[in-house]
Amino acid sequence: MTETAVRDATSASGALLSVEHIVKRFTTPEGVLTALDDVSLTVAPGEFVSVIGPSGCGKSTLFNIMGGLVGDYEGRVSVGGETIAGTHPAIGMVFQEESAFPWRTVIQNVAFPLEIAGVAKSERLSRAQHFVGLVGLDGFERRLPAELSGGMRQRVAIARTLASTPSILLMDEPFAALDEQTRLLLGDKVLQIQQQLRQTTLLITHNITEAVQLSDRVLVMTYRPGKLKRIVDIDLPRPRTSEVVGSDAFGHYVARIWSDLREEASRGIREEERRALGEGEPR
Amino acid sequence: MSARLGASRAAAALTGFGTLVAILVLVEALIRGGAINRFIVPLPSQVLVAIPRIIAEENVLHRLWETAREALWASVLIAVVGIALGILLYRFRLLRSATETWVAALASAPIVLMYPLFLVVFGRSAATIIAIGFVAGLPPVILKTLEGLVGARQVLIDVGRSFKLTDRQMFWKILLPAALPSIFVGLRLGLIFALINIVGVEFLINFGGLGQLINDLAERYDLPATYGAICFVILVSIVFFIVMERIERWMRPID
Repeated sequence: MTETAVRDATSASGALLSVEHIVKRFTTPEGVLTALDDVSLTVAPGEFVSVIGPSGCGKSTLFNIMGGLVGDYEGRVSVGGETIAGTHPAIGMVFQEESAFPWRTVIQNVAFPLEIAGVAKSERLSRAQHFVGLVGLDGFERRLPAELSGGMRQRVAIARTLASTPSILLMDEPFAALDEQTRLLLGDKVLQIQQQLRQTTLLITHNITEAVQLSDRVLVMTYRPGKLKRIVDIDLPRPRTSEVVGSDAFGHYVARIWSDLREEASRGIREEERRALGEGEPR
Repeated sequence: MSARLGASRAAAALTGFGTLVAILVLVEALIRGGAINRFIVPLPSQVLVAIPRIIAEENVLHRLWETAREALWASVLIAVVGIALGILLYRFRLLRSATETWVAALASAPIVLMYPLFLVVFGRSAATIIAIGFVAGLPPVILKTLEGLVGARQVLIDVGRSFKLTDRQMFWKILLPAALPSIFVGLRLGLIFALINIVGVEFLINFGGLGQLINDLAERYDLPATYGAICFVILVSIVFFIVMERIERWMRPID
């Protein structure tokens, strides 16, 4: 989709989700830590955007701010032009940690947001069934999360969030705990869903392959304080599958993002090491 | 898969039963051989023979019912009050930090020694016995309820927040189910404490169910019957455990 290629990440026009000049500071025993420093981004309707950065760049903080779970920041988050504070029904969140309710079956998990919304039982089950099918878990409706693999459990969490029909799907490293093969195949599933639902999605990740495989745009963040370093438009044809990872263009994008990320990641590691040394010194 | 599971469960039950029988046979042999004094420990075979006798002559089934009823009342009170207090301590952090240590201390206190006080308040009645069982079994339920609620995984709470749950929904749909396994551990412990204390107080104040019977039989130095009656105490606890397990499985399919 070449027409999405030349979009300014900070322009609010036509954006569904817009994050403007977010600054987030934490008070720590060592002083004030700036986790995010003037981060702005937009996501257009139907667009798939990834935010990638080294560990400790404030990606998850950004995710929590956009989702409304963390407050007390400078800047503005808006959905369709309306400023939001706190959690918002337009935003659906999928978490890095396993979050399927262990005491509910697959179908009960997926029907959860509908149950909260007060949808009648028979209707919410049939609606949930649709999303169970969408993530490819047909036949597992009556299973409990403990009886499923890690990848399947994460699909349950995705289906549950999709069942709340959010305008924007926010995902924080949902596949981080999975092995590479499962991750690629789940990526296919996400692409497929994206194709079907035209779901506006923002994915937080530290995995370059995943970011390139799935996204229309990849936003690269710097190590602490987290800032946007570069925006890379991924001009790979859609519909895509995981086979795209074999193409030259794919390799080119991965290399380009890695060259940006490498600097940040090594700076991150150096600082972590310095901090560890500092803490280890006898007083 | 379930057939194999059933087979392994049957094997476990069989091994357990076999071990029990083996120990009883060993004890029987040791007594008969003179290694254990038979005036202190009766022959297991005599205990077995005594069981029909205490059913017919000592009305042990009625005693069993008395003790079970007291245990039932105590456990209902323990569950209702204990879980409620656990939730209260979870809700009010100050209250929690102020009292948690005291509740834990109460758990290890020999409540049963306070029976004269309970006698003064409740009289020589089932109420005294239930009250002591209740107080003895309460601390683990409070502590385990609190532990379960505090230990609810943050990500599950975040899921609830992201779906904009009300406080009430958050509690009933996320916190409580997440805490249930821990709460049931507390209930099991509480029930054990309660039952020990109930039978102990029955014994001490010579009133009520199996404890009183055990007291009577011991006074008469009818050791086989005494041990036979103790078997019925074990039966009560087994029945309560099975019921508890059923309730847990009904409320929450897995751990």
